[in-house]
Amino acid sequence: MSFIKKTLKFSSLAIVFAGLLNFFMLTSVNSAEAVGAKSTAEGKKLTFGRKKGNCLACHIIADGSLPGNVGPPLVAMKVRFKTKKALRSQIANSRARNKLSIMPPFSAKKILTEKEIDLITDFIYTL
Amino acid sequence: MNKKIILLLTFFISIGLYASPESDRKAFAKHYYDLYPDVHPAEFNNGVYAIDAASKDQWESIEEFPPYEINVDSGKKLFETAFKNGKTYASCFDNGGIGIKHTYPRFDAKTGDLITMELALNNCRKANNEKPLKYKKGPLIDISAYLAFTSRGKTIDIKIPNDKRAIAWYEKGKKFFETKRGQLDMSCTDCHVNNVGKNVRADLLGPALGHTTHWPVYRSKWGSLGSLHRRYAGCNKNIRAKPKKPQSEEYRALEYYESFMGNGLDANGPGARK
Ligand code: HEC
Ligand code: HEC
Repeated sequence: MSFIKKTLKFSSLAIVFAGLLNFFMLTSVNSAEAVGAKSTAEGKKLTFGRKKGNCLACHIIADGSLPGNVGPPLVAMKVRFKTKKALRSQIANSRARNKLSIMPPFSAKKILTEKEIDLITDFIYTL
Repeated sequence: MNKKIILLLTFFISIGLYASPESDRKAFAKHYYDLYPDVHPAEFNNGVYAIDAASKDQWESIEEFPPYEINVDSGKKLFETAFKNGKTYASCFDNGGIGIKHTYPRFDAKTGDLITMELALNNCRKANNEKPLKYKKGPLIDISAYLAFTSRGKTIDIKIPNDKRAIAWYEKGKKFFETKRGQLDMSCTDCHVNNVGKNVRADLLGPALGHTTHWPVYRSKWGSLGSLHRRYAGCNKNIRAKPKKPQSEEYRALEYYESFMGNGLDANGPGARK
């Protein structure tokens, strides 16, 4: 019980804090950018999460620890992919470009939801 | 057309279409020899340590005081203990079971079944009215470790007789090895052939050549000795695939295929691994 109370307290604190943060962000930058920053932060979390993208298993990604090297380092993504759509397609379905790829087909196998793939794409496109 | 020409033609066409297990094996081994010209071919029975100089020293010092020694000792005792009917395991095997593990799995022409060492041990128990033992760890795997120990240094020699049923077992194992599966949709080939030497996170992917030479294995991650099929189940789970049962047809076929690929290497079981 006291544990639940504590977590409740903590999460309400977190909400207030996030609200304040949002408030400052909204007042200092325009709202589109704020939403962008928020979604890349979420995307980053999904990219690094072992139960989610777990992209670090195979790719070196700035800021990520213990990366594997089965795939190429994810850098200069805007040079590699002219459009965000092309990048999204690579992430959602690696097998389109390389039928035998070891990179899991994240969309077809429902490893990630379409929304999660969008968020990861937003983050990866900033690299 | 002349009958002889037709015969000759079908002969050459069938050679072209049918890759024999032996030509599979040569191509399989060559893949690793080409990738690692500095690794002596005989070293591929050392698993990932054959290609990982950084951790090889540590592994060799573990093997000097092997954590599986106690299992070999208890396996020997169990193996020599008589059943209730007075007979022993030795009565079920050629050469009393000593120095034969490196020739398993074996195809049984009488029944068409594929017999691994562990299955043969349990078949022996059944034939002597004893209850079968578990296949992942425990007494049966200790016995297997003892028998592996008596085969040390002998050349792996897996036979695929010219029998449709034996070849079917082989093909089934080969297909299992090459098929992508699980939510992550990966095959054994993906990790242990095509990306060998690369890292998935901190794990270096070891060669599949020599996968079966040294089982059972004491794995520090397990904190115990375990069977090859237990390891297969682990690799299946890692890619979020439902593992097969130990000694299922799939895993026996897989063991047949992988063991045949290792023909010519020295048996060096039991082993120790991370
Ligand atoms: C098991 C290994 C593996 C995992 C996990 C993996 N990838 Fe890949 N990735 C690869 C490989 C290998 C390639 C090279 C192309 C190919 O073979 O498909 C690649 C290529 C890419 C490329 C193209 C890079 C370029 O410059 O062409 C992108 C972008 C990418 N991956 C993003 C991701 C993201 C994002 C994730 C996680 C959501 C991920 N990958 C997870 C193995 C992996
Ligand atoms: C996602 C990558 C991956 C896949 C897919 C995979 N493995 Fe593994 N496997 C590993 C890693 C990592 C290890 C530990 C390092 C090593 O020994 O190669 C390992 C170890 C093993 C070992 C122990 C090797 C030894 O020397 O003791 C066996 C046997 C094995 N794998 C068989 C298989 C088989 C058979 C399949 C397919 C059914 C498979 N693996 C699929 C990554 C994988």
